[in-house]
Amino acid sequence: MSQGSQDIPRWVDVGVVPLVNLAIALLAAGTVVALVGQSPTEVINALVKGALGTQRGLSYTLYYATTFVFTGLAVAVAFHAGLFNIGGEGQAMLGGLGAALAALWLGTSLPTWLMLPLMVVAAAAFACVWALIPAYLQAYRGSHIVITTIMFNFLASSLMVYLLVNVLKPAGEMNVQSAVFAASAAMPGVHTALSWIGVQWPSSPLNLSVLIALVCSLGVYLLLWKTRIGYQLRASGASQGAAVYAGITPQKQILIAMGVSGALAGMVAMNEVSGVHGKLLPDFVSGAGFTGIAVALMGRNHPVGIILSSLLFGMIFQGGAEVAFEVKDFTKDMVVMLQGFIVLFSGAMAYATAPLIGRIYQWLHQLIHRPTAAKLASAPGVEADRG
Amino acid sequence: MDSALILDIIASSLRLATPLIFCALAGVMAERAGVIDIGLEGKMLFAAFAAAAVGVTTKSTTLAITVALVVAVALSCLHGFACVTYHGNQVISGLAINIIAAGLTVVLGIAWFKQGGQTPSMIDAVRLKAVTDVPLLNQSILVYVALALVGVVWWLLFRTRFGLRLRAVGENPAMVDAAGVSVAGVRYMALMGNGLLCGLAGCYLVLAQNASFAPHMTAGRGFMALAAMIFGKWHPVGALWACLLFGFLDAVAIRLQGVVVPGIGEVPVQLIQALPYLLTVVLLAGFIGKAVAPKALGSPYIKTR
Repeated sequence: MSQGSQDIPRWVDVGVVPLVNLAIALLAAGTVVALVGQSPTEVINALVKGALGTQRGLSYTLYYATTFVFTGLAVAVAFHAGLFNIGGEGQAMLGGLGAALAALWLGTSLPTWLMLPLMVVAAAAFACVWALIPAYLQAYRGSHIVITTIMFNFLASSLMVYLLVNVLKPAGEMNVQSAVFAASAAMPGVHTALSWIGVQWPSSPLNLSVLIALVCSLGVYLLLWKTRIGYQLRASGASQGAAVYAGITPQKQILIAMGVSGALAGMVAMNEVSGVHGKLLPDFVSGAGFTGIAVALMGRNHPVGIILSSLLFGMIFQGGAEVAFEVKDFTKDMVVMLQGFIVLFSGAMAYATAPLIGRIYQWLHQLIHRPTAAKLASAPGVEADRG
Repeated sequence: MDSALILDIIASSLRLATPLIFCALAGVMAERAGVIDIGLEGKMLFAAFAAAAVGVTTKSTTLAITVALVVAVALSCLHGFACVTYHGNQVISGLAINIIAAGLTVVLGIAWFKQGGQTPSMIDAVRLKAVTDVPLLNQSILVYVALALVGVVWWLLFRTRFGLRLRAVGENPAMVDAAGVSVAGVRYMALMGNGLLCGLAGCYLVLAQNASFAPHMTAGRGFMALAAMIFGKWHPVGALWACLLFGFLDAVAIRLQGVVVPGIGEVPVQLIQALPYLLTVVLLAGFIGKAVAPKALGSPYIKTR
């Protein structure tokens, strides 16, 4: 899925094109904001202030960003193998189920240092298996992964509601949720961790899962660009025919890519279920799987880009929540809408803007490097009249 | 089980199947022309909002339907612009339409009606109520329109020159191009038909099934219609049967909530609700029959290749 046109240098393709697409999306959303009678500048100011202005706001931004790094990486790994994993939502749910089962089963008997790694493994394993079924069906039965992953999102949500209502809900509990985990199953908050070393930080949902997100980003980078497995995976994504010719089995790559992708999506559970809620809720993913698609598209499916675009989306989500307090009639649906515009302009319409930017670049390039009058005078004859 | 209950379930299945039928037909139109459409949900949602907003403010059924159709067709054209004209990724484009619709309808709803995204209820004169009092036949006119459109879409696809071209574009666009027919033109036409059908689905939700628009009221029906289209093997009549089956499952699930069936125990409602998706996955995997998608589905047509 290389989207740039070939006559623009890499820095324009990687640095300028995403920013232009983002600007167009912001412009579209800003137009809607203005149309419904609000001031776009006021909203932007309140948004940035709410997201970055205070230590608390910044912590929330990073907390949201952590979840988006996981789902964004999940989409990206599948994308490099030429697969579109829309199932991040369902895979994250299953990750939550795995983590919750581990916590409810062993939480009271294991210490934190053993419990948390176990939850990571359980979340990754459950989500991985949930992603491997569509992967198997794509690889060996030829069913389209987009459709099956969509269906698996609905299946996951039905499964979660069923298990929570009929199995995991403690007797006497009115809400659809599991029992509360033991304290050992809680990922420590960043404010707690900072207080260990004597730093004061306001309490927020931001927890140490943010470190897992960084490790995963590095891991994905190393896996995709520094290992044989990653090379084979990208090769089969770039050209299946060439990959087969080189002795790579595409079926195996589909399984590897989706397995890794699912496991990454499952890590959302550590940030949300273990880090914040301390119990399993049916809708704890709340659309993060889909936001991951926007994040991966904006971040050009590269871990660095994904971290940056996750921070952007974290800002938008946290800032949007703050704006909702300050500006009348502003709701988080504005954030959803902006997310939609970003998917449209940096995903679906990426082909529409890249050539235009390419042309503008060429024009500027010629403008800057046009031979000056002095040079023309010193080299008479040749191309003098073309200036 | 008495006959009144059976009649009730059949009528209810039909009502629940109607928006699915419209959307599944829309899906058949687009995907037979080679354009993946996972944006059914968003188009239906936006059309429903448009119909409700216009119906409430102008109190005119005709205007409500017209605007809903225009909005849905416009979204289809946006889809076409992104992935037919500019060869963008069809899945991403559909996804974008879904997300934009989910956000924008609520934003506009709050701005215009100040009821948390909901529209006020429409007066009965605007709504499309049951055409007769006869049991089972006492359905909205749109239910009959949906059933009739199955025939129309079938005739259009399999008995007209346009339909032949549409299907050819979905299988082998280069051939159509070589025959001197514009691939993009045919795909745009198919998408417009797709938009009209999604628009009708939205109209049905707010003019017949409910009396107002509520945020996210499509609640995954667009995806269930997508499943029905696949389950019906990309054929209008097959899609109709799949929609009726899914509508039936939905109707049964509502009635079985908390009911203990003798000999089986309490039936898990979630399982019945998940069945359409489960069946579609199983069918797609080729375990019961084989659903084969149009060959050129999902690939933009680039002339120079």
